[in-house]
Order: sequence, then structure tokens, then C-alpha cells
Amino acid sequence: MRVTIRLFARLRDLAGSGELVRDVEGPATVQTVWRHLVAEMPALSEYERTMSVAVNADYSRMSASVSEGDEVAFLPPVSGG
Amino acid sequence: MPLPLVALSPGVLDLQALTQAVAGSRAGDGAVASFAGLVRDHNQGRRVSFLDYEAYEPLAVRALGRIVDEVRQAWPDTQVGVHHRTGRIEIGEASVIIVAASPHRANAFAACRYTIERVKQIVPIWKHEHFEGGDVWLEGATADPDDESARQSAYRIACA
Repeated sequence: MRVTIRLFARLRDLAGSGELVRDVEGPATVQTVWRHLVAEMPALSEYERTMSVAVNADYSRMSASVSEGDEVAFLPPVSGG
Repeated sequence: MPLPLVALSPGVLDLQALTQAVAGSRAGDGAVASFAGLVRDHNQGRRVSFLDYEAYEPLAVRALGRIVDEVRQAWPDTQVGVHHRTGRIEIGEASVIIVAASPHRANAFAACRYTIERVKQIVPIWKHEHFEGGDVWLEGATADPDDESARQSAYRIACA
């Protein structure tokens, strides 16, 4: 199934793009999408323990299931304010 | 039309307009506290040229709304509004403004402080610092709105 991956800040810089469309095998979780991404871009793995994740612009967890057409975002530690 | 209580925008922030939106129709209030976060010219020994703020906009607006709800729960008599700017912001300009209105000053100050602490914890916004000689993405807290210990930490700081 097809998902849209959103990346921000330094994660976006490392990947060279803030929005990627990828096919992953279902049934999938956020973790599945992340593994798929890291296999393609190993440099991203340094964020595995510090990032947050979101599905369809709502905070989520690595174990959450992902459906066809979902937008899955990986967020480095935030620095607003 | 009054401004929304939470907003993200690339435009210059307007503290007077946000104050009107938060406190304009609350005759029972005796206190308005406000906070503005500014871009400063130095950070960790670097001479900062400007900051470029990136946001995951729909989630950032949601997270700001959550903070407003948290304030209502913690201080039911207090109303807060928060606007955050995105994009390139020059030295001395505001990146975030917060206004809290309450019958008494203690809750207005506390709600203001709580809001900025929570912004730094859970709102998906990032500073890209451009300094003399380079640039760097700043990274602070791992955002987790359900982390109760982080929320309590913000509350303790607000009430200190």
C-alpha cells in the first residue's frame, strides 16, 4: 500500500526531501514505514530514539497501524518558542 | 472579526490584537499577562544572524490548541491565546506571543509561563539557526503530549 512520509528540520535535510511517497507491504505499522525508510537512508537512524511520530497530523506511536493513503510524519526533537 | 486564540503564520505578530482577542470581552478579568519570545543575536557562543522557523502546521495548530485546553483545565478562570510565527525572523523580532487573562494576576502569570514551557515541549516547530560561519538545526525536547511528567514539570515551573 502507498503512504506519504513527511520529514522535518534536520531529518528533512538528511533525506533531501520533506515528502516521500513509498509502497510498503501491509499490514503495516509506523515502525514498518520507519524501517523501510531507514533501509533506504541509513543516516536517518540516529533519530530512532529521540524522534516523535504522527499519523495524519496527529501524534501517534511506532506500534500504531498505518492504512493506505495515510500521511506518516517523523519529527526530530522540537525547538519552538 | 477577533483573531483566533491559536495561530501559526509567517506574518509579524500583533500583541495588541491578540490581547483584544483573549481579553476583549471578559469584563470579570482584573489581570492580563503577556509574553513575547524574541530572536536574540547570540546563542551558545555563536553570533546569530537570523532564525528560520519550520513547522508541521496542522499538528502544530492542534498542539497549540491542546495547550489552551490544558490551561483551561488547570486554571478554569483563565483564558490564554498563543500565536507562533514561521519562516525567517530577524534579530529582535518576536517568534511567539502569549496573552493570558484572568480575574487575578497569579493565574495570568502562571498560565503565560505554562504555555511557553509547553510550546517548547510539544509543538512541532523547529529553529534553523543561521550564524556567522554556518547554520544548525536546534533540537530540544522529544515531543510527547501524553508524557505526564513533562506536563507536571511545566506546571511546577509556572507556579514556582
